[in-house]
Amino acid sequence: MEFSGQTVVTTFDFSTTIGNTWFPAPTFTASGCASSGRELAQFFPLREMGGIVTKSVMSKPRPGRPAPRMAETPSGMLNSIGLQGPGIDAFLAKDIPYLVEQKARIVVSIAGETVEEYSTLARKLRSVSGISAIEVNISCPNVENRGLVFACDPEASKRVIDGVRRTIGGELPIIAKLSPDVTDLVSIARGVVDAGADGLALINTVLGMVINVDTMRPHLGGTTGGLSGPAIRPIAVRAVYQVHAALPHIPILGMGGVASGKDALEMILAGASGVSIGTASFGNPTAIMSIQSDLKKMLIDRGFTSLKEAIGFAHRTEVDTDNA
Amino acid sequence: MSQINKNAKQILAPIVSNKKVGQYQQIIVNIGDLATLCKPGNFVAINVGGPSSSMILRRAFAISRVSHSSTFGGTMELIVAPHGQGSTWLCGQGEGDVLDIVTPLGTAFGIPTEPVPVLLVGGGYGSAPLFGLAEVLNARGCRVDMLLGASTASKIYAPMEGKRAVNSMRIYTEDGTMGQTGRVTDAIPEIIKDLNIAVIYSCGPMPMLSAITKITEQFDVVHQCAVEEAMACGIGVCMTCVLPVAGDDGSVSNLRSCIDGPVMDGSKVQWNLVGKQL
Repeated sequence: MEFSGQTVVTTFDFSTTIGNTWFPAPTFTASGCASSGRELAQFFPLREMGGIVTKSVMSKPRPGRPAPRMAETPSGMLNSIGLQGPGIDAFLAKDIPYLVEQKARIVVSIAGETVEEYSTLARKLRSVSGISAIEVNISCPNVENRGLVFACDPEASKRVIDGVRRTIGGELPIIAKLSPDVTDLVSIARGVVDAGADGLALINTVLGMVINVDTMRPHLGGTTGGLSGPAIRPIAVRAVYQVHAALPHIPILGMGGVASGKDALEMILAGASGVSIGTASFGNPTAIMSIQSDLKKMLIDRGFTSLKEAIGFAHRTEVDTDNA
Repeated sequence: MSQINKNAKQILAPIVSNKKVGQYQQIIVNIGDLATLCKPGNFVAINVGGPSSSMILRRAFAISRVSHSSTFGGTMELIVAPHGQGSTWLCGQGEGDVLDIVTPLGTAFGIPTEPVPVLLVGGGYGSAPLFGLAEVLNARGCRVDMLLGASTASKIYAPMEGKRAVNSMRIYTEDGTMGQTGRVTDAIPEIIKDLNIAVIYSCGPMPMLSAITKITEQFDVVHQCAVEEAMACGIGVCMTCVLPVAGDDGSVSNLRSCIDGPVMDGSKVQWNLVGKQL
């Protein structure tokens, strides 16, 4: 590897692989932060990013939570949307054809209230062409177990992924999206990988709360909400680093407050094979495009010839003294 | 489906002037050719706090007026109240400072095809976009009457030049410090009857919009209201700014006030369901 910084790399390989799927760039939207793509298409061509991760869809249409659904917090925001969405049938009829027409690479995120609902969703996706991967959002309350969030329950997490794997067969990569609100993230990651996940999305939002001191009541209609944005980035970097150390061959989509090329590089060095940009798109509709080009430039400046060389680079034991 | 955010662009726009008008700041921003695409009702989403700010979300402001041919080229006028951290930062920006803006966003007020009598109702600084609207309606040949209301005199936004485009302007304050004592809604039924009002355009706090909707139920009058809901993105991706709205089939769903609004058909908004689980 050349560290001089003067070297012009003309054939930098920016691509990444999740399961058996190749993506030309490692930059994705984060589920729930790009709706189903139409809204961002005015600002940049959707095919120019690595892929779009669509808003988690459930089997039936859902109205979501009452307003207020949002509170800005220092370097972050809380949201309580409650998975508002059109349901899988309308999603497949309207949104997928649009994204295919835009030549976007599509990762469909699914969410359910029961193990069976996840499998039902997977069955509907099995025969749909144009999908690159499935993200299984398991940060939902399990109605069959007193509303305990699947992702906080190692056994339930495994059962969901196992059900989706069996239904979908061996073709489409499955990415399990995990919650950081657990005691032992690595054991949950290991569990879902054993159950058939090809990749992991780390991290979902962190549960938080704001109280309105005028009304002296919880501010959000849903009482609690998910904290996102730069405020949670160190938690995300830690999660990616720990899981990559334990499961070095499992591709990770790193997310949580990525707002710049530097933030994205941190995720890659921690062990992520790709990054998702979520809340940053709210403040800047073209954030993904600038993060993508800045990340590429920073990797080239550091002498890497491919993205893959940089994945988990922070884990190396021998430190190059010339570069220290 | 028509394209979402069809005319929106993200640009760096310099402030042409920023001056105090009563309780509010009048900020004029040079937006070049984008001015021709901005219609009354549209809004702008502005980055606040500078690059090292902990405020990560844009702030949405109604465009009160655009000018296509000022000496600076196309400009937009914003009327801003320094309420929170973000708007206070914006009010503190000076001439020549550059803003990162996304505009035009959201739906616009529908302009009648015939020169019918219309009533404009504004609450607080929600009245700001009504003055730009009044000019457009005036040009269409509509008779334009205006009602402005606020809790107290200092919260009334009524620029002198704004009166040119309206036939009459009545002001109401709850404490009686300006105009008549009471609420804007007090006079609406009588005005609808007397002037044969065909369309009411309103902009202001939700209780006012809700009260106007209740009045319009008794008359054959269209109510176009511009809602103010907290937004995180302004472009339709975050799903936070929703309001319960009835569809053509009567079913109620949570619509985004940034792309399905801010201008909505008041009779379709289910005001009694705001903040309730659908």
